Amino acid sequence: MNVVEVKEVVTRFGSNTVHDKISFNIKEGEIFGILGGSGSGKTTLLREMILLQGYNEGQICVLGKNLKELNTKQREELISKWGVLFQFGALFSSLNILENISIALREYTNLNQRMILNASLTKLSMVGLPKRSAYLYPSELSGGMKKRAGLARALIRDPKLLFLDEPTSGLDPKSAREFDTLIRVLRDTLGITVIMVTHDKDTINSILDRFIIIADGKIGFEGTYEALKKEKKVHLRDFWDS
Amino acid sequence: MSFSTTFVEVIQNKDSTVIYCLGDWTLENITKIEKLFKFDTKTKQITLNFSRLDHFDTHGIIFLIDIVKKFEKRGFTILKTGYSKEFLKLFEVCEKNFPKEYLPPPKRNSIKEFFYSIGKITFESKQTLVSFFSFVGGLTQAMIRVFLTPHKIRFKATLFHIENSGLKAMPIIFLTSFLIGVVIAFQGAVQLEKFGANIFIVEMVVISVTRELAPLLTAIVIAGRSASSYSAEIGVMKITEEIDAMKTMGFSIWNFLIIPRVFALIISLPLLVFFADVVSIFGGMVVASSKLGIGFEEFATRMQESVEIKHVLIGLLKAPIFGWIVATIGCFRGFQISGSTQSVGKYTTISVVNAIFWVIAMDAVISVVLTEIGL
Ligand SMILES: Nc1ncnc2c1ncn2[C@@H]1O[C@H](COP(=O)(O)OP(=O)(O)OP(=O)(O)O)[C@@H](O)[C@H]1O
Ligand SMILES: [Mg+2]
Repeated sequence: MNVVEVKEVVTRFGSNTVHDKISFNIKEGEIFGILGGSGSGKTTLLREMILLQGYNEGQICVLGKNLKELNTKQREELISKWGVLFQFGALFSSLNILENISIALREYTNLNQRMILNASLTKLSMVGLPKRSAYLYPSELSGGMKKRAGLARALIRDPKLLFLDEPTSGLDPKSAREFDTLIRVLRDTLGITVIMVTHDKDTINSILDRFIIIADGKIGFEGTYEALKKEKKVHLRDFWDS
Repeated sequence: MSFSTTFVEVIQNKDSTVIYCLGDWTLENITKIEKLFKFDTKTKQITLNFSRLDHFDTHGIIFLIDIVKKFEKRGFTILKTGYSKEFLKLFEVCEKNFPKEYLPPPKRNSIKEFFYSIGKITFESKQTLVSFFSFVGGLTQAMIRVFLTPHKIRFKATLFHIENSGLKAMPIIFLTSFLIGVVIAFQGAVQLEKFGANIFIVEMVVISVTRELAPLLTAIVIAGRSASSYSAEIGVMKITEEIDAMKTMGFSIWNFLIIPRVFALIISLPLLVFFADVVSIFGGMVVASSKLGIGFEEFATRMQESVEIKHVLIGLLKAPIFGWIVATIGCFRGFQISGSTQSVGKYTTISVVNAIFWVIAMDAVISVVLTEIGL
């Protein structure tokens, strides 16, 4: 089953065409990558999938719903099924880390205090944050720690779909690999679908099932790492080797 | 005691209790499941059987871990059977990360906190005072340096701020000062008519407005508009590390950020006050002619004859001082912003309140001093 279907999407900023009829599908349970050079429109594409930004032409369906034909209720339902990690964490600066992680549980569920605390602290530890960071505020964290906290917040409701914008950038190599492992465990056990923008070579060849490379506004490549290595078009292979 | 529900089925024998987990142990159901776990058992051994579990997620598993821990604490032995590979994997991950103890949030003791906060506020006020003086010192030094090397003045930025803080404030200043002129003249007219001293409306309006009201009002409006925007602009630049970037590139924040703003207000406030003078006198004239029958021409002649120019000059002299106060406080408070978005709101508010207060205080001081020396 396709979790996300993107059909002939066109995005323009003024005269700058960022996406020129892009089409691809993401299957359930996949760890899917969106790759491309800086400014190629990866973040923009991700934002379009999570209803933060419109697109000029084409159609995007997420979990079978056309994003342009949602009513308020469907919209809320859809939003509750995904978690998003932003490129720079985007934590709520007036809440401490524990509150940042648990706020969705407090707002949308009727779990009791103890359960919320257990779930939040477990997620905090899962993303590799030390316990004492629970009561710190975002301004007191390093860039990498903010990102982990952002991931914990994205994971708190066990979303069906996880959108990650450059999850491992700004992490040290060891944490980055632990991060990869965590993502894979979550996928293998919970069957979530992960869609990530990434530049990290190790992430790409170790956990991505499939990915696309956006080049010149089009899909330059779609497939697996193995397939890319056999790719004839030099400029795509250069994307790595340089 | 055995029972069966959608989520658990409990079968108790003489020496063993088996709890079957059923259905979906997921976030939506977890509160319902929790309510079922209130039963008691007599046996010392409990078997959890997961073979009939349909779906699970981390919340279901975290709840299970919590239950298991509670039972074990009370001396039960817990066995787990019938789980799938996926279940075990997620269980292990969750168990590894399950909080072993709860770090208490930073303690709060309300009496201690009360005294602590008094001390903290006192200490911080002193710190703020010291750093404000050092800010003013730095500003003065930077201004002297800029005057010695005038090519370092950033004219473009200064003009930009003059446009934003001065020019764009003209409509609101027009409105407020016109109304002030009207109100003063109106109230005056009622009283003066009683004495038949109609013509004194001219002195009354012109002196009070040019000497006191127009400068004060203009400064207060500018404090509301510009002190807040200066604080917020600088504060957000601090949060996004733009200011750090400027420092590392060797750009002086005095020259780039502060002096253009201070100059802009020092230059535009006298102009705005003059504008306000004219508009409010006009407002007075309108009332004088309609209420008291004193024509525009008569008003103007009387003004020339009996109102000394010093009142206007004193008003205009105060304006740059007010401008300096507003801009300096706006910038100073902006640099105190740090970290959270909340502090933007906090210090923006403080900067406006401070700016208005100090403008009024300074006005009082000038008023007293000038009257004492007979001006
Ligand atoms: N709000 C906007 N207005 C105008 N142009 C925009 C806007 N947002 C993005 N763009 C343009 O769209 C293009 C793609 O931007 P996007 O942020 O998606 O890049 P990216 O692939 O995520 O790059 P990076 O790897 O650097 O994060 C860029 O050329 C950018 O200039
Ligand atoms: Mg990006």
